[in-house]
Amino acid sequence: MGSVASGRFGKYGGRFVPETLIPALDQLEQEYTRCKDDPQFQEELARYLRSYCGRPTPLYFAQRLTEHLGGGRIYLKREDLLHTGAHKINNTMGQVLLAVRMGKRRIIAETGAGQHGVATATAAAMFGLECDVYMGSEDMARQELNVFRMRLLGARVLAVDAGSRTLKDAINEALRDWVTNVRTTFYVIGSVVGPHPYPSMVRDFQSVIGQEARAQIREQTGRLPDYLVACVGGGSNAMGLFHPFFDDRDVRMVGVEAGGMGLAAGQHAATLVAGTPGVLHGAFSYLLQDDAGQVRPTHSVSAGLDYPGVGPEHSYFKDTGRAAYVAVSDHEALEGFHLLAQTEGIIPALEPAHAIAYLKTLAPTLDRNRIVVVGLSGRGDKDVQHVSKIEGS
Amino acid sequence: MSRLAQVFTRLRASHKTALVAFVAAGDPDLATTAEEVGALSRGGADILELGVPFSDPVADGPVNQRAYQRALARGVTLGDVLDLAGRVRSAVPMVLLSYYNPVLQYGLQRFCVESARSGVDGLVVPDLPPDEADDLITSARPAGLDTIFLLAPTSTDARIRLAAARSTGFIYCVSVTGVTGVRDRVPEELHGLVRRIKTQSPLPVCVGFGVSTPQQARQIAGVADGVIVGSALVSLAEEPQDRIARLEQFVRDLREALDALPAREA
Repeated sequence: MGSVASGRFGKYGGRFVPETLIPALDQLEQEYTRCKDDPQFQEELARYLRSYCGRPTPLYFAQRLTEHLGGGRIYLKREDLLHTGAHKINNTMGQVLLAVRMGKRRIIAETGAGQHGVATATAAAMFGLECDVYMGSEDMARQELNVFRMRLLGARVLAVDAGSRTLKDAINEALRDWVTNVRTTFYVIGSVVGPHPYPSMVRDFQSVIGQEARAQIREQTGRLPDYLVACVGGGSNAMGLFHPFFDDRDVRMVGVEAGGMGLAAGQHAATLVAGTPGVLHGAFSYLLQDDAGQVRPTHSVSAGLDYPGVGPEHSYFKDTGRAAYVAVSDHEALEGFHLLAQTEGIIPALEPAHAIAYLKTLAPTLDRNRIVVVGLSGRGDKDVQHVSKIEGS
Repeated sequence: MSRLAQVFTRLRASHKTALVAFVAAGDPDLATTAEEVGALSRGGADILELGVPFSDPVADGPVNQRAYQRALARGVTLGDVLDLAGRVRSAVPMVLLSYYNPVLQYGLQRFCVESARSGVDGLVVPDLPPDEADDLITSARPAGLDTIFLLAPTSTDARIRLAAARSTGFIYCVSVTGVTGVRDRVPEELHGLVRRIKTQSPLPVCVGFGVSTPQQARQIAGVADGVIVGSALVSLAEEPQDRIARLEQFVRDLREALDALPAREA
């Protein structure tokens, strides 16, 4: 009791889960609160992030992309250079360290694109823990390479055939597993979603992105950026980049969602742009749903954005106007994918390719002395085969 | 006194255990559900529990998931289930089980008013812990609906006090850490859990999740005021042949097993 009030972002957030999990969430919150203020925990985490994951990641001025788009100066926060190829490991190292502290020997996770699954399997392998990852069978087909990587790392990948066979259903199944094995198992949620304290905890672990970017841009340019741009599925890389700039009122934030085949067609995953508030996966937040409150199937070319919910803090940012949210289509995202590869020699994951695609709209409207920092949340190795299949080359 | 409270008062007087029987509404269609409700009543259920289909039922195992998917494939909504409740209402009290989002989208007040009008006596919302339930309770009380919260083997004494304070009608005790589904045996820790709840609350305690056979029902009747049978009935109904007759017979078997018990201690 009493702990729930702190799990709110305005009216969003909360804990809408079966009673069985509430004591586990209370315990997790207590342990996390302790670790948050424990210099020893923070130092240990920082050490792993530095020596094992490759932090700090560079903030790179994308000169050719900037020239190509002809407007604001574009800087890329290179989370794609991290161990396992995406920002996800910032969070999994933190949570798995917490699991070790809590004496849990078994880790479970859900994964969409597979990046969070790989990052969880990696951290579990490094600490010698048992690891089961739930993944929609549709996503397993789209991201075969990551399935194989998880297995190489010693994790079991459990196919989920229910519902739309994507991330949403993988989370359902992971929650069911956790309800069943709650006493022995730590559930590593991969985004700023789920019941309290997950949205706050994952945000804190990912905030290292924004903290570094803030210091780096000041060092490189002597000032703060005008815009932050990041893709939003559940929203962890965006929240990690945005949050440390929360009080910098002149820094505008834009979250880029998956517009799929187009908002009009209804086949998309643009939760904040086109959704309405509701309850899914333990939190009150924006949601893609029908009039009867059933969660709608989503579509995105990118498995990591193919999710009908979004982190509750993003819902709060949207309602208060602290961040703006837009959608770009599959087609535009694929153009962004190629654009970055050809102008900068960086193949982005399809998720941040959405953020890159939005630069085509944003950058040309900006003066040449304006600064845009883009969250490049992951690299595109995992998507190369998928893109080649789509484009038939 | 609510109709649910009356059931337990009556059963207590005759030293009997309540049988709560669950069906997934709209599986495979609403007309069949109406027939099933009749079969459950004839078989001897004391309380009927209608499950409202939801796309993401995280507290449910595969049997109920499939049932909800079949119902959703037919486009069954919460509004349809309320209409159905109004049509099948009888002397046997009725509880609605729904995940929170369909209720929230329907509008809490409208939902409670229309539930009461349809003859629904109580609400179970498996993903709404009592901490988050202020709004639902505010709408349910004036409508005369009982709010039934769940407790689990992991519940601390503080959680038990909270759920007990906010529950009316009865307390829903989850027998295992896990989701709904058919299971082989009654967990040993159940006895202690029910006793812990009983020391904190005078409300009747009904045990559900995994109660699949008359024998298990009888074991649970030794400790609890009621037995909730769900997935076992739903899986019986997955086989269309003689569905209604088999359902009625199974409920009758459960009833007989419960009634064959020696008189319970108060």
